[in-house]
Amino acid sequence: MVTDIFNAMSIGSAPESAAQANEWLDGHNRSFGMYIGGAWVHNEAAGRFDSINPSTGKVLASLTQASIADVDTAVAAARAAFPRWSATPGHIRARYLYAIARQIQKHARLFAVLETLDNGKPIRESRDIDIPLVIRHFYHHAGWAQIADTEFAGYAPVGVCAQIIPWNFPLLMLAWKIAPALAAGNTVVLKPAEWTSLTALLFAEICHDIGLPAGVVNIITGDGSVGSVLAHHPDVNKIAFTGSTAVGRRLREGSAGSGKALSLELGGKSPFIVFGDADLDAAVEGVVDAVWFNQGQVCCAGTRLLLDERIAHDFTMRLTRRLHTLRVGDPMDKTIDMGAIISERQLERIRHYVELGVAEGAVCHQPSLNVSEQGFYYPPTLLTNVHPAATVAQEEIFGPVIVSMTFRTPAEAVSLANNTRYGLAGSVWSQNIDVALDVAKQIKAGVIWVNCTNQFDAAAGFGGYRESGYGREGGREGMYEYLKAVAQPIIMPTPTFAFQSADAHSGPEIDRTTKLYIAGKQARPDSGYSRLMRTPDGDVIGEAGDGNRKDIRNAVEGARAAAGSWAGTAAHGKAQILFYIAENLSMRAAEFAQRIATEQGIAIDAAAGQVESALQLWFSAAAWCDKYDGAVHHTPNRTVVMAIPEPMGVLGIVAPERDAFVGATALLAPAIAMGNTVVLVTSEQMPLSVLELLTVLDTSDVPPGVVNLISGNRAALTKTLAEHSDVDGIWAVADAATRSMIERSSIHNLKRVWALADENDAWRGLPATEFLRQATQWKNIWLPYGA
Amino acid sequence: MTHHPRPEATALDLSWVHATTINRSAVERRCTSHVARRSVKQDYQLAWLLRAITCIDLTTLAGDDTVGTVQRLCAKARQPVRHDLLDALGMTTQTIHVGAVCVYHEMVSTAVAALAGSGIPVAAVSTGFPAGLSPFETRVREIELSVAAGANEIDIVISRRHVLEGNWQALYDEIKTFRAACGDAHMKTILATGDMGTLTDVARTSLVCMMAGADVIKTSTGKEPTNATLPVSLVMLRAIREFHQRTGQIVGFKPAGGIRTAKQALDWLLLVDDELGREWLDASRFRFGASALLGDIERQLEHGITGRYSAANRHAQQ
Repeated sequence: MVTDIFNAMSIGSAPESAAQANEWLDGHNRSFGMYIGGAWVHNEAAGRFDSINPSTGKVLASLTQASIADVDTAVAAARAAFPRWSATPGHIRARYLYAIARQIQKHARLFAVLETLDNGKPIRESRDIDIPLVIRHFYHHAGWAQIADTEFAGYAPVGVCAQIIPWNFPLLMLAWKIAPALAAGNTVVLKPAEWTSLTALLFAEICHDIGLPAGVVNIITGDGSVGSVLAHHPDVNKIAFTGSTAVGRRLREGSAGSGKALSLELGGKSPFIVFGDADLDAAVEGVVDAVWFNQGQVCCAGTRLLLDERIAHDFTMRLTRRLHTLRVGDPMDKTIDMGAIISERQLERIRHYVELGVAEGAVCHQPSLNVSEQGFYYPPTLLTNVHPAATVAQEEIFGPVIVSMTFRTPAEAVSLANNTRYGLAGSVWSQNIDVALDVAKQIKAGVIWVNCTNQFDAAAGFGGYRESGYGREGGREGMYEYLKAVAQPIIMPTPTFAFQSADAHSGPEIDRTTKLYIAGKQARPDSGYSRLMRTPDGDVIGEAGDGNRKDIRNAVEGARAAAGSWAGTAAHGKAQILFYIAENLSMRAAEFAQRIATEQGIAIDAAAGQVESALQLWFSAAAWCDKYDGAVHHTPNRTVVMAIPEPMGVLGIVAPERDAFVGATALLAPAIAMGNTVVLVTSEQMPLSVLELLTVLDTSDVPPGVVNLISGNRAALTKTLAEHSDVDGIWAVADAATRSMIERSSIHNLKRVWALADENDAWRGLPATEFLRQATQWKNIWLPYGA
Repeated sequence: MTHHPRPEATALDLSWVHATTINRSAVERRCTSHVARRSVKQDYQLAWLLRAITCIDLTTLAGDDTVGTVQRLCAKARQPVRHDLLDALGMTTQTIHVGAVCVYHEMVSTAVAALAGSGIPVAAVSTGFPAGLSPFETRVREIELSVAAGANEIDIVISRRHVLEGNWQALYDEIKTFRAACGDAHMKTILATGDMGTLTDVARTSLVCMMAGADVIKTSTGKEPTNATLPVSLVMLRAIREFHQRTGQIVGFKPAGGIRTAKQALDWLLLVDDELGREWLDASRFRFGASALLGDIERQLEHGITGRYSAANRHAQQ
């Protein structure tokens, strides 16, 4: 035997023992209840289901399908625990989180083995990647709990969080959800994916063992219908979901108008760009880490391989060679690179896509497999000769399949990279730091890895742009998802100076035409109609353009055209323009006060106060332009992780009816300060003073298209704006029905919505930084270094 | 080292050399990851450790070497593992001896005599080892003298200054001259990677050495502050692969210095297996430059066979 191996130099297998995990399962008779309100609940009203080992197809354990009543009980338990938990001092919350971290560390191998049995991922990955990251996440957030009071002053926990997680990184996604929620003082009801609930149940035992107060963490099990009931439960304050874009959309739809906070980590089709000057062998291993990691069942996997034409052939040869040295098989074998696909259904989906890709002209490169018949295995796969129009280049396959295309220049690489509805991650390979950072900045995605891929750390934010969802997990960025800004009593100060009223007019005024402001032009409304505007007393004061959907269309086009250069304008340049707006407005302060007083039917002093507040808001926004900085995160490796706040892009703003002038300013100023371009729908009743602002903007060097102002039927304009696919985010101060409509209408491109209630003016008391936070999305660029 | 045709010098291709860049972080990640991705256990581990023994250049390069110590080393080279252990492994029909014995020039004739009939080649470190700064004529003559004394393999050191000054032509010319002086003896070129600042220089130097006709590229003299590491080895292995793919020539690899444990030896073999393939897991293409490694492997073999942890005094001294 030894002689044979000596001659063949074959590797054999190195199986990890499942004994202790089996002992744990047997200790529960392979049958589990749910952890609700600090106790194990065994309720079979809604039936049971099996958890399957994907590497053998055999049943691991029987789990409980939660009933509607179970969901109610769990949410009620979390609600009951919330007052006390949220009032628990940060240091005490930190102790609990630290205890969780330590407990998982002490039982690390049991968690890893159980994860591999349940999920099919290689034991190497669960042991070396998943579980260590879980531990790190709880440590990191124990730290946030400790310092939350000072670091997040002005913010409060959201309340009861419904957390729904996927099957690809079961315990890690649990950690990403529960750790920040608890650190911030929330209580949670978490539902793991029905295929992979076991480590969540083991986690519940740990929560119990450390004496975490009852109801702070509740774990319920079941299929998607349970998740849906949980998310839609009226007593839930926040929904956190990781999973498919389709389900994310349904959650957005179902929660629209409910006032629930929502964070979504959804799908992706991330680019993996290799430039001609890259370390090609390193990039080949990068592909291994990108898409032949976790069997390619990774939302941020770099699945679109974009190759510089000058190295495309060479790189493809290297990659196909590497395909054949990967070992696929029993995930409990320590010598295995790729384990089993999660389920037969997922396996079928992967097969279907690869067949479709080949039918559409792709060339398929695969090694042959030598694996057990019962398990759900699929070989690592490279599809070449794929074009952007191919289905496999557009759809998320969620399997070990990468498709390759070529490019000629950095600009073309960026263009291909961004040619997707998604925006989760990207990977850039080049030894030229100028090229690498330039491209990293231009890719529309929340995480960019330079010369590496699929790097994660608790200190670095993770999350997407576009249809990859919104919200961040990890670091300071992630903590905000579990906090809400508490409005302070004042933000718009009353005037501090004696206002000199304008002289009374004598004689007829010159007829005044207030136009819309579109793409830097004073535009007549497309409809050709104007609306007669009156004071609250009924006196006619002028006409405002009756904007329609085409005006919105034109405005969005103008805003889109301006978005790139405005975002790229140096912060100092933006600040100069914003200060200049204030300067020019100040010169006409008396006139604007008069307009506002007349239009709103208020005392001149109050109107002057609005103008004064507006000046301060422009100054404040100008001040923040170069001060709302990013961060360099402390990740464990020799890596610089730059967290950069980037503008959302094209932002729709539905300005408030009340205090229309200063209200519009309060939203507009921070939005453009952060580099967004804006399409603003004015107050329907009192648009004139806002529209008049265009003359100030025009004289203040605001580039065309950065600000667009549209008046008209507010509901109709708002709907068009909310539905527009080229609008990246929308803010609205509106009534409940409008807010709900906006949230529903925004679903199809998953634009980020910030809906503020206009029933009271509480939104005005939010801290300035909350406006800036809402105006930006975080990009984390990972840059490992070493001579 | 005759299982494959010897590589021949090719023209110095500077555009290839300059186009080669290495990303250190990615190399380090690959090494860390690979060590955790592959493992050989039980019979597989024993077989791989035996293979490692056959790839060792059993080395003594000490100022106090004598005829006696070299003879003792050669005896160990002939019989590196106790007979009873080999019997227990069923290796009775297979001859297990080390890959070569490596000494200074003055000890070559002693080693040649001591190894007569064993088939074990004698390697001589040369060209002003370890610094390589003696007169050029002397360095070339040293090769000739060692070959004349019966050395089958010559481990030359390169002029690191040529690398640090970016003078690839000078490096190429020097190595080509050394290769000519070697005649039929195989030439291992020692890069002394511990003297290099970047992995990119390691890769470029590897290419120039191969273009100049090296039979084997070797990491270190064992005298630099840092000797063989997995990242440096990975870079050199990839250079060998690329050179093979572009020229069809087969070049061997020798990590040297700092490899002291059986576990380390397995890490290296598994990396070579993945990066170059099974064909390179053979003394004709792979060697460990090591003096203490054998002792640890012997102990691990005994442990694998008996289930009891072993001790150094149970195995013959080298």
